[in-house]
Amino acid sequence: MSRDTLLRVTGVGKRFGGLQALTDVNLAITRGHIHGLIGPNGAGKTTCFNVITGLNQPDSGQFELAGKSYSPSAPHAVARAGIARTFQNIRLFGDMSALENVMVGRHVRTHQGVLGAIFRHPAAREEEVQIVAHAQALLEYVGIAHLAQRTARHLSYGDQRRVEIARALATEPLLLALDEPAAGMNATEKSELRDLLIRIRDKGTSLLLIEHDVKLMMGLCDRITVLDYGKVIAEGTAAEVQQNPAVIAAYLGVEAA
Amino acid sequence: MDILAQQLINGLVLGSMYALVALGYTMVYGVLNLINFAHGDVLMIGAMVGWSLLQLIQYVNPELPGFVALILAIAGAIPVCVIVSVLIERVAYRRLRDAPRLAPLITAIGISILLQTLAMMIWGRNPLPFPQVLPSDPLHVMGALITPTQVLLLLLAAISMVGLSLLVERTRMGRAMRAVAENPRVAALMGVNANRVIVFTFAIGAALAAVAGVMWGANYASAQFAMGFTPGLKAFSAAVLGGIGNIYGAMLGGILLGLIESLGAGYIGDLTAGVLGSHYQDIFAFIVLILVLTLRPSGIMGERVADRS
Amino acid sequence: MNTHHSPLRIIFFALLLLVFPVVASQFGNSWVRIIDIALLYIMLALGLNIVVGFAGLLDLGYIAFFAIGAYLAGLLASPQFAVVIESLQMEYPTAGDWLLQLAGEAVAAQGIHWSVWVIIPLAALVAGIFGALLGAPTLKLRGDYLAIVTLGFGEIIRIFMNNLNGPVNITNGPQGINLIDPVRIGGVSLAGEAGSGGVVQVAGWSMPSVNAYYYLFLLLCMLTVFMSQRLQHSRLGRAWIAIREDEIAAKAMGIHVRNMKLLAFAMGAAFGGVAGAMFGAFQGFISPESFTLTESIAVLAMVVLGGIGHIPGVILGAVLLAALPEILRHTVEPIQMALFGHVWIEAEVLRQLLYGLALVLIMLVRPAGLWPSPRQEDRPLAGSDTQTGAA
Repeated sequence: MSRDTLLRVTGVGKRFGGLQALTDVNLAITRGHIHGLIGPNGAGKTTCFNVITGLNQPDSGQFELAGKSYSPSAPHAVARAGIARTFQNIRLFGDMSALENVMVGRHVRTHQGVLGAIFRHPAAREEEVQIVAHAQALLEYVGIAHLAQRTARHLSYGDQRRVEIARALATEPLLLALDEPAAGMNATEKSELRDLLIRIRDKGTSLLLIEHDVKLMMGLCDRITVLDYGKVIAEGTAAEVQQNPAVIAAYLGVEAA
Repeated sequence: MDILAQQLINGLVLGSMYALVALGYTMVYGVLNLINFAHGDVLMIGAMVGWSLLQLIQYVNPELPGFVALILAIAGAIPVCVIVSVLIERVAYRRLRDAPRLAPLITAIGISILLQTLAMMIWGRNPLPFPQVLPSDPLHVMGALITPTQVLLLLLAAISMVGLSLLVERTRMGRAMRAVAENPRVAALMGVNANRVIVFTFAIGAALAAVAGVMWGANYASAQFAMGFTPGLKAFSAAVLGGIGNIYGAMLGGILLGLIESLGAGYIGDLTAGVLGSHYQDIFAFIVLILVLTLRPSGIMGERVADRS
Repeated sequence: MNTHHSPLRIIFFALLLLVFPVVASQFGNSWVRIIDIALLYIMLALGLNIVVGFAGLLDLGYIAFFAIGAYLAGLLASPQFAVVIESLQMEYPTAGDWLLQLAGEAVAAQGIHWSVWVIIPLAALVAGIFGALLGAPTLKLRGDYLAIVTLGFGEIIRIFMNNLNGPVNITNGPQGINLIDPVRIGGVSLAGEAGSGGVVQVAGWSMPSVNAYYYLFLLLCMLTVFMSQRLQHSRLGRAWIAIREDEIAAKAMGIHVRNMKLLAFAMGAAFGGVAGAMFGAFQGFISPESFTLTESIAVLAMVVLGGIGHIPGVILGAVLLAALPEILRHTVEPIQMALFGHVWIEAEVLRQLLYGLALVLIMLVRPAGLWPSPRQEDRPLAGSDTQTGAA
């Protein structure tokens, strides 16, 4: 196994009642890469995503992050291990401010409990200060520091997405998993998102991305895995995948030559 | 006298009443995804109104045969309960359909308190003795005793349940109810007036509760403003046991819970070597509820109970 | 921190609180007694607020923890334990003798009489443990199911309290436990020494017993407020609110939802337990009738009416609904007598009517409560159910 492989999942299977959503799916993400997951509607991308991040339990599969196997049985454990995610329908804590949303992201890397809350001894106070500072810095990093005190529910869609990304980054993930982050965005917003994701990657966090905007994906991803009917039909660089006949057939419904 | 047979009969009688009330809970849950916390008090209203009507009937025509009087009392209690229940939906629940989950529940609790207090103001605080219009000599059946009141109860419950199934399976309104329960939006697209269906659902549930209420009062020879609360909770447990949202589940769950409670109360002394006595009877329903929700939330006839936050 | 409260207002308010009982005593003991009970309700409401307001878990059986604290005081600060030993000896002699050996002759004769310094933390601990125990089966349940199950638990506890007088007499059943020790601080009994007519001597000052308890309960209340505030604005508080807002997102951010919910139950229960122990000591007598579902709902009504999640609102709700019955008793019945020569609506009935109306009207008209938080985040019920993001 290469030292550079950050995430390796093998043999993932998942069945929902009568539907076999995933069959023997393998995925390997290289450290420092942006890895894309594409496929026609219903291919199983979100299921695969949910399984990796612990929201759905797989029927089978091995999961390894940074060389250590992890069990995706509980989302909070997955976050602790180092995978953070965003959601297709943005799931912010609507009535909290943008800053507080990101501060919640710090929960998993901090530890003050009841005693710290009640007594606020120096260590606890220091931790709170750090949490605020870290969250503020992240909001700045994604470009919306000026919106820190705004209630999340009242932000524009694009800004909400940024808060969600900042919140996920607050957990200090090894892998940032984004479920259709560009959904509902116009060309300018997509371009800004693209720049942000590249910056995130260049700073050292690897990314796993589901997206429908194939053009965006081709220009952004270092490697791409293609799913169809719950199976992996192709894996490679953007160029390789684009020319893969099975991929073309899957999207266009044309019989493979 | 055979203890087992007696407990079975008792359980069946009790269970029939639970089933009638459970149906109201399950139907409302089916169309609105809401626990109508105040439904148990509709049973109480049925019993109290039935009591008043029986007083009136006995005053006007003391020679009237018992079971006619009871049927008349039920016939009179039904419209009152229907009006109360429909009013509750209109005033309290309708405006809160899009509110966070807790809001209609808290409102329902408030309504339950109001109903009980109003009943206390009208009928007083003390238990009222329910007129015994049917002969009280019990019949002997399979080594156990059953009173004519209980026989009438079982009969009425059976007729009601059969009637309800026919309504739901064979009529247009029944189809509409099932459609709204499956998917309100699509049903609306198909031309179903969701509000009308919901009102109808509350009405039917209330009618069944009225029957249960009058017969409860007749069976236990007593009615009081607080009488609906505990049976209401137990009927809800029965609905969950059978599979909330499923009408046959409510019927099954009701009967089952009645049997469990009866047999449990009968045998608990033996089972626990005298440590727990039959006054712990009320606990069974709660334990059943907790066990079902923990182990098999979809209940016996499994309508999938989603616990999406 | 409320930076808009000037120090002058705080001092004024503090003086008001301190002087109140001295002034009220001029009119007899009843007003201070009413406020004493109201203070206990404030503690209960604040405890429930952690569960309902912060974490969003609708607990309808909350009064069970009040009962546990009270019965703990009843068993560990009264002659009751002697009765327990005696009853155990009659039913199960072997066990009874063993317990007698363990407890000693003095206890067998007079019962356990531990001091308030032990009872309070013990009540918090035991109630807290029960809070976690009773909360555990509810963790995966949706809001309204959770409410019904907690209601069931509350009823189960009450039924047990009512029936644990046989075969072994532990709780003395419907008759309840009396002769519970009053609070004793520094050798001074807050009920006054025997024969003093309920007058307490402290450092040369004398005051009625209800006044002494007022200051104790005021102190406990302030501690409760302080701890609630601290919890709300901390890492834990944020996690609870996150769970309340969107449990799935909270999980995805690494919050251990199950443990946090248990913690909320436990903390809320602990406050309830302490209030219960104080109730037992104050009244000197407890019975299952004080711990019915009606009481659970009353505390919920206080939280809901005042402003769920908002500490000052909760206090307002508690004061209003706790003092209300007494005010009604003193005003409504005499007025009706004067006007009609007959009491049409008793104070108790009116109280129930108002509770019911309060719950319904608040939910329909002003779901955030009478005194909601100025900050959107602290209002769990004001917003609609729609999520952030695209519809």
